[in-house]
Amino acid sequence: MTDMTDMTRPPTVAFPQNRTCPYHPPTAYDPLRDTRPLARITLYDGRPVWLVTGHALARTLLADPRLSSDRGRPGFPAPNERFAAVRDRKSALLGVDDPEHRVQRRMMVPSFTLRRAAELRPQIQRIVDERLDAMIDQGAPAELVNAFALPVPSMVICALLGVPYADHDFFEGESRRLLRGATAAEAMDARDRLENYFIELIDRKQKDPEPGDGVLDELVHRQLRDGDLDREEVVALSTILLVAGHETTANMISLGTFTLLQHPEQLAELRADAGLLPAAVEELMRMLSIADGLLRVASEDIEAGGETIRAGDGVVFSTSVINRDESVYPDPDAIDWHRPTRHHIAFGFGIHQCLGQNLARAEMEIALRTLFERLPTLRLAVPAGEIPFKPGDTIQGMLELPVTW
Amino acid sequence: MHNETHESGHIHIDIDHDVCVGAGQCALAAPSVFTQDDDGFSTLLPGREDGGGDPMVREAARACPVSAITVSEGGS
Repeated sequence: MTDMTDMTRPPTVAFPQNRTCPYHPPTAYDPLRDTRPLARITLYDGRPVWLVTGHALARTLLADPRLSSDRGRPGFPAPNERFAAVRDRKSALLGVDDPEHRVQRRMMVPSFTLRRAAELRPQIQRIVDERLDAMIDQGAPAELVNAFALPVPSMVICALLGVPYADHDFFEGESRRLLRGATAAEAMDARDRLENYFIELIDRKQKDPEPGDGVLDELVHRQLRDGDLDREEVVALSTILLVAGHETTANMISLGTFTLLQHPEQLAELRADAGLLPAAVEELMRMLSIADGLLRVASEDIEAGGETIRAGDGVVFSTSVINRDESVYPDPDAIDWHRPTRHHIAFGFGIHQCLGQNLARAEMEIALRTLFERLPTLRLAVPAGEIPFKPGDTIQGMLELPVTW
Repeated sequence: MHNETHESGHIHIDIDHDVCVGAGQCALAAPSVFTQDDDGFSTLLPGREDGGGDPMVREAARACPVSAITVSEGGS
């Protein structure tokens, strides 16, 4: 009666799209949630690519070396014009494959271990306390993103890397333009300005007779001088560590707070038993899946989910859809601090799994616990529906969070 | 009775340092068995080479993002 291919191929869904509610996947992704473990999507430029939607397949494919993270590789998928405009720039860690990635990762790992994160806890607590003191002194209402959610991770990553926090207006603003600028030209300009900033900072560090003890100081003095890293690579590493180190955690703190305020029963339960906090952070990571669209390109043909992913095909992982796979997480749209949530892929999986995840967990735990301890009457200052959140082609989070207490 | 830690089965744990990326997921899941050395690599705590009967050992292996950990029955 009709063409069979039209009947068997459901219409593809455009990806990414804006969320309807900031802590749920876009309702426009509902057809994708019914198409596991693999679906087809259309990117902004009209290009069709694969979307991984099943949890088990996501773990398999994110660990498969035949899926490349090299954003300079032909066929690498771009979720928007900004990304396409800067993807040929020298990248590091997340944007490169082994063996290059492996050398960089191994250089960085000692600074991001569980032990290192534990050692940083007192410093994180001090930063959190100071920001809350300042916010409380100013009095209610407050805008929580700028007063708390952004400065906390920004100060922590500056201290860890050895970047002067005094420059935060500059690098926070440029990160914002890089990740959310209106045009591709703006993203390129932001990238240039960040790179130039690091070229100057690295110069200063090289000339400094008394090196600091930040990660970048160590990179500059041990690696650059020993010749096993070039300056371009140090700049690329610095850029990704700084941008990834503050934007993502800031979004988890703002969106996590919003989500908790919208779930008073779960918040009350958490307040009554602080021991639930580590599990709560994992469940929030699963629910919020703020980095919703991990990107890869196939370097060889891969048989997966009953389909053949051809060499050169783009492959995207929707973490929000994968982390709500009901075969792994029953009643996936509900928050439940008691569910076994450990194997969520909000930090990714495979060799590129988030380098800073142990630090991020410590920051989220300390920030959320202290915020609700200090301000037990914390609530939204305006109706929830009026609060703006980030567009779907960026890292998800709140643009503003007006609160009172 | 003092051998009860072995009653859950004599297991053998292998960690492949060539593939370990230092994510620390094993040490997070089963901190009584796994830790990270100074270079960030996964390693077994002294005296816990047999898993110490910790039921989280297999969970730790599953949490590893690069499948660097193999848990096997250690024979009789």
